[in-house]
Amino acid sequence: MGLVQRPSPVGKKAALFVTCMVDVLYPHTGISVVRLLEHLGVSVHFPRGQTCCGQPGYNGGYHQEAAHVARQFLGVFHDAEAIVVPSGSCATMIRHEFPVLFADDPVRLPLVQHLASITWEFTEYLVNGLGVTDLGLKLSTPHTFAFHDSCHGLRMLGLGQEARSLLENVGNAQIVDLIDHDECCGFGGLFSVKMPEISSAMLLKKIEHINACPADTIVVGDVSCLTHMNGGLSRQKSAKRVQHIADVLAEGLPR
Amino acid sequence: MTNKANEFASASRSAIQTPEMVAAVAFATNSAAAKRNIAFEVNGTEHGEALRQQAAEARRRALRKLPELLEQAEARMQANGIEVLWAKDGEEASQHVLNIARQHNIKHIAKSKSMVSEEIGLNAVLETAGFDVLETDLGEYIIQLAGETPSHIVAPVIHKSKAEIRDLFMERLGMAYTDDAAEMTRFARRHLREGFLKADMGISGGNFIIAETGTLCLVTNEGNGRMVTSLPPVHVALVGIEKVIETLDDYATLIQLLARSATGQVMSVYANLINGPRRTAEDGGPERVVVILVDNGRSKIYNSTYAEALACIRCGSCLNACPVYEAIGGHAYGWVYSGPIGAVITPLLTGLENATPLPHASSLCGKCKVVCPVDIDLPRMLLDLRHDLVAAGHAPLLWRMGLRGWAMVSRSPLLFGLVGWAAKWGSKVLPKHRTIPVGPLGGWSKSRDLPEFAPETFHQLWAKREKGNDHEQP
Repeated sequence: MGLVQRPSPVGKKAALFVTCMVDVLYPHTGISVVRLLEHLGVSVHFPRGQTCCGQPGYNGGYHQEAAHVARQFLGVFHDAEAIVVPSGSCATMIRHEFPVLFADDPVRLPLVQHLASITWEFTEYLVNGLGVTDLGLKLSTPHTFAFHDSCHGLRMLGLGQEARSLLENVGNAQIVDLIDHDECCGFGGLFSVKMPEISSAMLLKKIEHINACPADTIVVGDVSCLTHMNGGLSRQKSAKRVQHIADVLAEGLPR
Repeated sequence: MTNKANEFASASRSAIQTPEMVAAVAFATNSAAAKRNIAFEVNGTEHGEALRQQAAEARRRALRKLPELLEQAEARMQANGIEVLWAKDGEEASQHVLNIARQHNIKHIAKSKSMVSEEIGLNAVLETAGFDVLETDLGEYIIQLAGETPSHIVAPVIHKSKAEIRDLFMERLGMAYTDDAAEMTRFARRHLREGFLKADMGISGGNFIIAETGTLCLVTNEGNGRMVTSLPPVHVALVGIEKVIETLDDYATLIQLLARSATGQVMSVYANLINGPRRTAEDGGPERVVVILVDNGRSKIYNSTYAEALACIRCGSCLNACPVYEAIGGHAYGWVYSGPIGAVITPLLTGLENATPLPHASSLCGKCKVVCPVDIDLPRMLLDLRHDLVAAGHAPLLWRMGLRGWAMVSRSPLLFGLVGWAAKWGSKVLPKHRTIPVGPLGGWSKSRDLPEFAPETFHQLWAKREKGNDHEQP
């Protein structure tokens, strides 16, 4: 799926778009991404002034506001060689929705299309961009994981196998299936704020599957889904937790 | 049918609090979705996907040529002896049906399933005019007995449990107690058979009209469609103008897709190709067949950027795949069409202002697009409709201000940092379970703990790292 021409990111500097949620809620996930990339010898930089991709506004129908925010992104990343995003959802926004948002802006559209072509979701960057599935990682103790496919990563970017391959190659990690692993957790950004009861009903079903899963940790590629699922799990006093794939992989880095 | 789409918020809340209904819907949609997936794999994944692309192409080609295909269909149907009437809206369509019924002094009307007839509220019109109307699709029959409306495009009674249907039959028809679904069906069938034999007029919908042959296509599983269109002397079909397809070959593709997508069958039990009234040498079939081509808002969609939505073949697979539909059922959507396709076409057919919550009734998970047999980009349309809502001023002031504030903050790294810092300190006063009982996060935090802010942002960690404070690194 996606773009026709995707220039290879091999040998290029990786510009980290850490995302707004990772920035203020899960900075350790950003650090994990950096450590993993540097472990592979990638030169990582963090362009200053980055905030949000604009998705909350865009998904709500507020195109003008979203474009306002997206312009900040364009300014900050205009000279990036390759952009790495630890979120399938934000990567989708940049790759699929920015070109829609700026379709009538002939001045910015070429830059938008270029940035879309060099933007990679984190696992996609490793596996499809750099061609690495074995990061040479090993956990200190055995763990069982299951991967939850976040909607945008799976259905807009065609991802899922990438994360599983990466996990399978981690020493001491066992991967099992989560029932309905491709079913939405009910977050949907402002959807969960606007229609909290429906969103909550969807979440309860997800939690049921997580509780029935033999894995002690559910792995995701998006901290938005993670926030939603962990919020429900902790309220339900479940011992299970959801972790971002970068944090799970970074656990296996040589000490 | 009255449009109550703007009551979606309260209707969906009450739906969630009806566990028996939700369980019935979840069970039925999950099994339908699973059967659909198996049916698509029957001849291998590639075959299923190729079929889907073929169908998508056939529907898009038909839409591109719609005006000329409609003319061709009209001419060919007329040549076959089918009368063709046009109706710009529901009122005109109902008037046509009333006129025909009065011409023939009709008393009893038997109907097979037609969503267009639900759309235009035909039964109420006919009953008010004194006609006896019987729905003969088992699901529709149950709905009619209960005085309800269908909650699913294909399975109208999906929201009812077997026990509820049994109680209804016992109460309304005097059925003896049974727990056996087959026995209940046999009982209903005896009643329906009387209706078929009594009817002097049959009303059906139409799944497709083939332009090149002038054929009305009707796909059913119960055989009631065949009874309704062949026993009574008059047959009237209500068909949306978008249902025209170009060739018999296209029909061959589409019927395979319809059966697979709607019911997980490789082929439906009955597929009627109606080419006109009884011919002189035949001893069965109606003497008069009338096809009413109904617009009722469709040409407005055709001339908009949402024309692709008219490719829909009403299989209901997007409903079966949708986690939102699964959680609330179909009635909460407030009108005839529910689920993702309902969330798209209800505002388009009835006016954006009459269905403002529907485009938001989706987490945009994208499953509907994946299962759509004609590849309609429903999530994209929901996004576009949300934008139309904002552009047309159908956005609550608080949301508008909130989003404007968010945009201002996210445009400025300095403000972004400041607001993040303020939120972090503000959140420290949150009670156990991290709930904010009032305000926009009230509903969210009712069932979910709010996340905790990190002591330091990534921006701060990175700045330290650049200064060489290596010991601060995790």
